[in-house]
Amino acid sequence: MKKLSARRRHPLAAVVVLLLALAATGGLYAAFAPAGKAQADDSAQSLTIQEGKKLYEVGCASCHGTGGQGSSDGPSLVGVGAAAVDFQVGTGRMPAATSQGAQVPRKKVVYNQTQIDQLAAYIASLGAGPNVPTKDQYGPGGADIAKGGELFRTNCAQCHNFTGKGGALTKGKFAPTLEGVDPKHIYEAMQTGPQNMPSFPDTTLSSKNKKDIIAYLHAVDSSDTTNPGGLELGGLGPVSEGLFAWIFGLGALIAVAVWVAARTAKAKKS
Amino acid sequence: MSTAANETPRSRGKAPAGERIADWADGRLGIYSLAKSNMRKIFPDHWSFMLGEVCMYSFIIIILTGVYLTLFFHPSMNEVEYHGSYVPLQGQLMSEAFSSTLHISFDVRGGLLMRQIHHWAALIFLAGMFVHMMRVFFTGAFRKPREINWLFGFLLFVLGMFTGFTGYSLPDDLLSGTGVRFMEGAILSVPIVGTYLSFFLFGGQFPGHDFVARFYSIHILLLPGIMLGLMVGHLILVFYHKHTQFAGPGKSNKNVVGMPLLPVYMAKAGGFFFLVFGVIAAIAAVAQINPIWAMGPYRPDQVSTGAQPDWYMGFSEGLIRFMPGWEINFWGHTLVLGVFIPLVIFPLVLVAIAVYPFIESWVTGDKREHHILDRPRNAPTRTGLGVAWMTLYLTLLVGGGNDLWATHFHLSINAVTWFVRIAFFVGPVIAFLVTKRICLGLQRRDRDKVLHGRETGIIKRLPHGEFIEVHEPLSQEQLHTLTAHHQYEPAEIGPTVDENGVERKVPASEKLRVKLSSAYYGEDNQIPKPTVDEYKEITSGHGHH
Repeated sequence: MKKLSARRRHPLAAVVVLLLALAATGGLYAAFAPAGKAQADDSAQSLTIQEGKKLYEVGCASCHGTGGQGSSDGPSLVGVGAAAVDFQVGTGRMPAATSQGAQVPRKKVVYNQTQIDQLAAYIASLGAGPNVPTKDQYGPGGADIAKGGELFRTNCAQCHNFTGKGGALTKGKFAPTLEGVDPKHIYEAMQTGPQNMPSFPDTTLSSKNKKDIIAYLHAVDSSDTTNPGGLELGGLGPVSEGLFAWIFGLGALIAVAVWVAARTAKAKKS
Repeated sequence: MSTAANETPRSRGKAPAGERIADWADGRLGIYSLAKSNMRKIFPDHWSFMLGEVCMYSFIIIILTGVYLTLFFHPSMNEVEYHGSYVPLQGQLMSEAFSSTLHISFDVRGGLLMRQIHHWAALIFLAGMFVHMMRVFFTGAFRKPREINWLFGFLLFVLGMFTGFTGYSLPDDLLSGTGVRFMEGAILSVPIVGTYLSFFLFGGQFPGHDFVARFYSIHILLLPGIMLGLMVGHLILVFYHKHTQFAGPGKSNKNVVGMPLLPVYMAKAGGFFFLVFGVIAAIAAVAQINPIWAMGPYRPDQVSTGAQPDWYMGFSEGLIRFMPGWEINFWGHTLVLGVFIPLVIFPLVLVAIAVYPFIESWVTGDKREHHILDRPRNAPTRTGLGVAWMTLYLTLLVGGGNDLWATHFHLSINAVTWFVRIAFFVGPVIAFLVTKRICLGLQRRDRDKVLHGRETGIIKRLPHGEFIEVHEPLSQEQLHTLTAHHQYEPAEIGPTVDENGVERKVPASEKLRVKLSSAYYGEDNQIPKPTVDEYKEITSGHGHH
C-alpha cells in the first residue's frame, strides 16, 4: 500500500491508470458483448420465425410497420426482444385497440401460447433483446421473500402500492394491479419496462432480485395470501378504511341508536 | 345524616347488605345528596342525542384497549433484526417500535384484535364526534348557555385528530412514516423558524431517534389526559345546562321532557355502551385495519403510492394535493408556498366552525338562553353555512384521495385535482345557495301545512265536476310543533342622531351587523310563519283549501 501511495504522483501514473482502465473496459466488453454471429439457421427455428412473420403481417404490421420498423401508430420493435412480445401479447395488451385511452390496458389474450412464441421468435430475429425467462428464473425455488419485499418497497411501491394493488399516474395513466399476474409476465415487465414503467435490466436488478420480488408478491398479493386481520378492504390503506368506518361502523351505531331511542319506557299506559 | 343512618337500623335488626354498603360509602363520600339531585335528572329521547354517547363509549374502548397495547409496545427507535413469526419480513432491519407492533399482531394473544379494536374505535370516535358536532350545529344547540361546551367539544375533536395522528405514527411503518415526513415538510415550510421547530421536534435531523418515544408520551399521556378532562367537563356542563330538546307540546324553554337518569337512562346508556363495544369489536374481528406488516418498516428512502392519513387528517392531505407547487425566492430564502399556504388554511378550516356560535350570537344580538332546538330548515342561513362548510371539508377529502378516485373511476388524476381546485371555491357557494333555497321551500311547505292542512291523497269530485284534493287539518300538537320557533327581525341601524340632536357616527361594525342580520333574517331569507290571525281567517270560512 505504502509503495503504491508513494508512486501515485509519478508522471507516468496517469498513463498507467488509463491503460489499465482501457484494458479492463475492453476485456469486459469482449466478455459480455452479445455474440455477433448470426443465429444458427436450424430448420425448426427458422420455421417458427416464418410462422411468426405471417402472424405479424396480419395482426401487427398495420401499426408497427411491415418490417417492425414502427410507424406513427406504433413504436419500432427492432431490439425489444422476445420477452417484450411475450409480455405484451401474453397479457392481452397487444394487439391494442385502434383508439386506446391514456394507456393500453390488460385484456383478453388473443393469441395462444404457440402463436405468441412464434411472434416472439420473429421479433427477436429483427434484433437482439431480452429473452423470455425460464421457469427457474421466476419460479419460487430459492427466493428470499423478505429481500423481495425490501426491493419492492424501494423500487416498485411508489407506483404499484405497498402490496402491488396499483396506483394512479398522471393524466389517466396508471400502474396496474399485480394481483393475478403470471410470474413470468411480472419478470418480463421488469426486464422490458412496458408503457410507463421503467425497465430494470439485470444490470440494475439481478435475476435473483427479480425472483425475490416475484416471491414477495406471491406472498402478499395473490390468492394464497392470508390476511390475519380479516377483510382486506382492497388493501388500499386509510381511504377505504375510513369509508368502511363511516358506512359500516358509524352507520351501524346510528342504526343501533335509532333502535334504542325508539324503544322508550312508557310513562303512561294507553 | 350519616349518624342518623347509623343509629336507626339497630332497633329494627340488620339492614340489607346493599343499604349498609351505601351507608358506609355515604358516611365517607357524602354521595346521598349528590345522587338525590342527579339520579332523577331528566333526559329527552331522540336518537341524535345519543351520538355523543357513541363518542364517549368509543373513547372508553380506546382507553381500555390502548392500556393493553402499552403492555407490549416498545416506544424505541433502536434498530433490530426481525425474527418473529411473520415470514415476509424475516431478517429485515427495523425499529423496535415496528418489531414490537409485529409482535403484538402475531405473537401476543389477542394482540391483533386489540390493535384492530383500538384503531377502528379511533376512526369511529372521530366520525362520531364529527356527526355529533354537526347535530349540535344544525339544531342550534350551541347557543347560549352552551357556547363553552361547544368549544370543549371542538377541542375534543381537534385533540382527537392529533391523538390519532400521534397514535398511528407509533408503529414506525412505511405508511405512517410517510405521514410524519409530510408533517416535517409542513413544519419546515414555516418561514424563519421552520427548521428550528423541526429540529426541536425530532431532536435533530429527521427521523432521528427520538420521535417515536416523544409521540408515545404525547399519545398515551398528554393528549388523552387533556381529552379525559375536557370530556368530564363536557359532561358536567351537559348536566348543569340540562339537555336540549326539540319543540313539541308540553316542551318549553323552562322544562325538559323525558325519562329520568335512574333507572331508565342508566339501563339504556349502560346497554348502549355494550352495543357500541359489540359493534366495534365485531368490525375489528371481521375487517383488517392498518396492516403494518404489509407496509413494512419505515425507511426515509422508500415510499408507496396511495399514502394517505386516517380519514380525520384527510382534509390536510387534500389541501396539500390540490395546492399548486408554488415556490418563491425571497431575499435568498426559499418560501415553499405550495406547502405553507395549506398549512395556514388547515387551522382556518377548523377555526371557521369553532367560532361560528359567537358570530351568530353577535348577529342576532340575542342574549336569551335557548333550550329548545331549531329545526335546521328554520335557520336557513345557518344551515346553508353548515352545509357549505361540510362541502368544503368533503371536497378536501376527495382531494386527499384523488389517486384512488382516478384509479377506481378511470379518471385522470389531473382532472380530479382540477375539479377539487375549482370546487374548493365554488362548491361551498353552490351548497350554501341550494341549501338555503331548500330550507325556504321546506318553510313554505310547513306554512302551507299549518294553514291548509295535510294532503290526504283523497281526490274528491264536486257536483259541478271540479276535482279537489281533500286536505286534513293538523292536530293542535302538530300545529304547535310547526310554529313554535322564534323568528328574528332583521336588526336596524339605531337612531343616527343622539338625544341632543347631534349626528352620531355609525360604527362600521354596526353597519356590518345590520347587513348580516338582514342576510339572516331579512325578507326572502326566511318565510314568515303563519300568525294566529291568518290561521283563524283561513279556517273560519268553509273553504276547503
